[in-house]
Amino acid sequence: MFERYKSKRKYEPILPGPREWPVVQISKNRKEFVQEVSDIAFERIKNTTRNKTALIEELETTLFKEKARIRENPWKVDPDDDNSFWSGVKHKLLDLSQKKVKDSDEVDKILKEIIHRYADEIAGNFNTSHYRFARGVATFGFNRLLNAARVKKFGSFWSDKLTMDDKIQINGEVDKLREMAKKGTIVLVPTHSSNLDSILIGWVIYTLGLPPVIYGAGLNLFNIAIISYFMNSLGAYKVDRRKKNMIYLETLKTYSSLALQKGCESLFFPGGTRSRSGMLEKDLKLGLLGTAIEAQRINFQEKGDAAEKIFIVPVSLNYHFVLEAPSLIHQYLEKQGQERYYVENDEFSSSYKIITFLFKFFTKGSNISVSIGKPMDVLGNEVNENGESIDKNNRIIETKDYFTYQNEITIDKQREAEYTRMLSEKIVTQYRKIARVFSSNLLAFAAFEILKKRNKKLDLFSLLRLPDEDLIITYEELKSVCEKLKKKILERVEEDCMSVADHILEPIDSIIAHGLLNIGMYHSKRPLIKTKEGDITTMDMNLLYFYRNRLDGYGLEKYV
Amino acid sequence: MVMASRSTFKKPIGVVGAGSFGLAVANLLAENSQVLLFARNPEVVEAINTTKTWDKYKMHENVHAINDIQQLAEKCEVIFPVVPSANFREMIKTLSPFLHPYHILIHATKGLDLNLPRGKTLADMEVLERRHIKTMSEVILDESVVVRVGCLAGPNLAFEIAQGLPAATVIASHFNEVIQIGQQLLRSDRFQVYGNPDLTGIELCGVLKNIIAIASGALSGLELGENARSLLISRGMVEMIYLGRAMGGKTESFIGLAGIGDLVATSHSTLSRNFTVGNRLAKGENLEDILKDMKEVAEGVNTIRISKKIAESFKIRAPITEILYRVLFEGLTMEDAVQYLMKYPLNVDVDFM
Repeated sequence: MFERYKSKRKYEPILPGPREWPVVQISKNRKEFVQEVSDIAFERIKNTTRNKTALIEELETTLFKEKARIRENPWKVDPDDDNSFWSGVKHKLLDLSQKKVKDSDEVDKILKEIIHRYADEIAGNFNTSHYRFARGVATFGFNRLLNAARVKKFGSFWSDKLTMDDKIQINGEVDKLREMAKKGTIVLVPTHSSNLDSILIGWVIYTLGLPPVIYGAGLNLFNIAIISYFMNSLGAYKVDRRKKNMIYLETLKTYSSLALQKGCESLFFPGGTRSRSGMLEKDLKLGLLGTAIEAQRINFQEKGDAAEKIFIVPVSLNYHFVLEAPSLIHQYLEKQGQERYYVENDEFSSSYKIITFLFKFFTKGSNISVSIGKPMDVLGNEVNENGESIDKNNRIIETKDYFTYQNEITIDKQREAEYTRMLSEKIVTQYRKIARVFSSNLLAFAAFEILKKRNKKLDLFSLLRLPDEDLIITYEELKSVCEKLKKKILERVEEDCMSVADHILEPIDSIIAHGLLNIGMYHSKRPLIKTKEGDITTMDMNLLYFYRNRLDGYGLEKYV
Repeated sequence: MVMASRSTFKKPIGVVGAGSFGLAVANLLAENSQVLLFARNPEVVEAINTTKTWDKYKMHENVHAINDIQQLAEKCEVIFPVVPSANFREMIKTLSPFLHPYHILIHATKGLDLNLPRGKTLADMEVLERRHIKTMSEVILDESVVVRVGCLAGPNLAFEIAQGLPAATVIASHFNEVIQIGQQLLRSDRFQVYGNPDLTGIELCGVLKNIIAIASGALSGLELGENARSLLISRGMVEMIYLGRAMGGKTESFIGLAGIGDLVATSHSTLSRNFTVGNRLAKGENLEDILKDMKEVAEGVNTIRISKKIAESFKIRAPITEILYRVLFEGLTMEDAVQYLMKYPLNVDVDFM
C-alpha cells in the first residue's frame, strides 16, 4: 500500500495558453478545415479510382451500403436528413445511368457532396471554454464522487482528501513524452479494453500538461446528449464504424492526416475497438496509423529538414476490473465459436447505463495504472532527448531518409503501407513490454492454466464449461504456481521485456490476497473467490479467461 | 523501359563480395549501370581494375573494384551483398555504421544464419525456435537501419550467365519499389526478372534447394540414372515446401522460378559446388577432404545441418535432409542412404496444396 505515499508530481502545461493549441486553430476555422479535408479527400479518391465507370460503381456501392445501414441499423445520432440525402444521391445516380454520355462533372459533383457530408460529420466541435468547463466538471466531479464513496458519508462529498491521483498512477516515460510534445507532434496509441479508456486518457493528458489531443471516438458515444457534449468539448472527432465504404474511410484518413500535418496532437486506439478477448492487442488496424506515416512524409515534403516530427507513443491502460468484461468475452467467444457476422452494437444505449457505469467505476473502482511507453519516430525507431531518431547503436538517423530515393522524397503508397505494418509490430512489442502485470492478471493466469493443464484433452469451449466441482484449486497449488510465474516474470522485467506493478514485488501471500480482493471486483460473478475451506475457485470461467488473457502470448504457459 | 533505365540511376550500383556469383551479379548490373564492387582481397581489386579479369572470369568494363566499404556505402544507394552466409552477419555489421534508411539492399546469398543464445552451439539446442534462424534479409534488418530489403534467387548458373546465355531470376521484397528497381537494374535482352512479394519464401527456395543439389550430385556419383533424379527432384520439392512453410514461406513461391526452376537447374548442373560435394561423397570420399579442396563455400552442407534440426524441432518429415545429415556427419554410406529412402514408408504424392 506504499503507493499512496508516493510523491505526486504536478506537471506544468507545456504550451501556455489555448491560443497556441493547434486544435483550437482548426476548430476556429472549422468550416475551412472541413473544406480542405473534402478537397484533399476528393483528390485521393479520384486518384485511386481508375476511371469514371469505376467511380460510378464506387458511388453505387456506397449508396447501397448506406441505404442498408439506414434500414438495418439506425442510431439516434444519425441526422434527420440521412434518408433524404441518400435518396437524393440515388436519384442523381439513376438520372446519370440513363444518359448515354455520362458527364464527368456530374459524377464528381455527387462525390464531392458525399465527401463533404462525411467530413462535416467527422469533424469535431472543439471549444476552449467548453473544454475547460468539461475538464473542470470531470476532475471536480470524479474527485467528489470518489471521496463520497470512499469515506461513505454524504458530508464527505465536499471533502478534498482523495483525488484522482490516488487512484490512477501514471508511470513510464512521462518526462520524455512531455519533452517530445514540445519538439513535435505526439500521436498516442493506447491499448483499449474499456469504454472508460477515452475518459481516462483525457484525464491523463490534462494531468501531464499536454495540450488537448484529438481522437476518434465511436459515433455511438455521441448518441447520448451529455456524453456527446463532453466528447465534443474534449476534442473528439467522430468515427462511425458502421460506415465501411471506401469514400468514408478515405475521408476519415484525410481528416486525421491533415490534422496531424497541422500539428494536432492525436490519439488512435490502434486495436480499432475494445479488446474483446482481454488480450493485449496483436493485430492493429492500419488505416489511421498509416495517416501518421503519410503526414510525416508530407511534412518532410513541404518543409524539408525543418519539418515537424511526429512521435508515436504507445500507452498501456491497466485495470484490475473491466466493467464490460462479461459482454466483451461473450462476444469474443461467440465469434470464435462460430464465425458469423455480428452487427456493430451499441451497448451504451442510454444515459442511465453510462452514468451507472461511471458511478460504479469511480465509487467502487480499483486502482488503475497508465504506462507511457518510449516515444518513437513513425518507423518505430527510438528517439533521443532532442527528438532525433537513433538506431540500435545510438547513431542518429534521419527519418526523412526512409521516404527518399536518389535524394528525392517520393510518394509510394505501397511503401508506406509496409512501413505502417512495421510500425504496428513495434507498437505491439512495446505494449508487451509496458503493460503492467497486476496481481489480478497473475492470479487469473495461474488459476486458468492450472485448470487447463488438468484437462489437457479439452478444447477451449469444453474447458469453459467444466462443472463447478472441477473448478476447485487448493491454495497451496495456486501459491506454488504463482510463485513460479512471478519468478519468470521478474526475470523478464530484468531483461526489460515486461513490467509489473509495485505490489508484485511483495510476498506471494499478499499478492494473492491483493489479487483476490481486486480481480473483477464488482462483477456479480467473481472470476476468483476463496471458498469456506480456504481453496480457490471461480464463479465464472469466461471472466477468468478474460482476465487471464492479459498475460497471453508471453509464453508463460510452460511454467505452470 | 529497359533502355530508359540505363540513365535512371545517377549513382553507381554496389556489389559486396567477389565470389563467382558476386562477379556474375556485378557483370549483369554493369550492362545497365556503373558498378562498384567491394572485395576484401586487395589482389582482386587490383586485378579487376587493371586487367578486368579475375580468376577465370572476365569483368565488364563498367565494373570498378574497391577495397573500402565505407566508400561503397557512401557512393551507392542500391547495394547487392553476395557473400557466404557464414560471413554475412559480420559483413553487415561492418557496413552498418555507413548505412542509412535510404539505402536499398538486395542480397543474393543462399544460406541461413543462426542466432543462438550467447555461448550456445547448434548441438546444445534441444529445440530450435523460428527466432533462432535468420534468413539473410532478417540479418540485414537486425543489424542495420535499412528496411528496403530484397533478395535475388533463381536458376542463375554463373558460368552460363558469363557466356551470355538467356536466363531469368526472381527479385523478392515486401516493397514493390525494391522489385521495380531490381528489375530496372538487371533486365536486359537476355536476362528476364520476375517479382515476388514473398521475401521469406523466395529466400528459402534458394537456401533449401542446395540440400537437393547435394543429393543430386550423389545420384550422379552412384550413376543411378534420370528416373532416380526426377524422383529426387519431385520429392525434394515436397520437402522444401514443408521446411519452407514451417519457416514462414508460401507454398506458391516454391513452385515458381526460384523454387522448382532453380531446383531443376541445380540438380542438373555438374559444376555447382553442392553437386560436387554430393558427387564426391558418393564416390566414397569423406566430407573433410572434399571441403578442403574447395575454394568457395558449399552452402548446402551448413543448410543440411540447420535444416535437420529445424525438421526435428518443428516436427516435419524431411527424409532426404535427415539421411544426408547422416551421410555428411555420421559416416553413413550413400548406398545405404539410397536404400533407406527407397524403403521410406510414406508415399502420398502431393499433400501440400
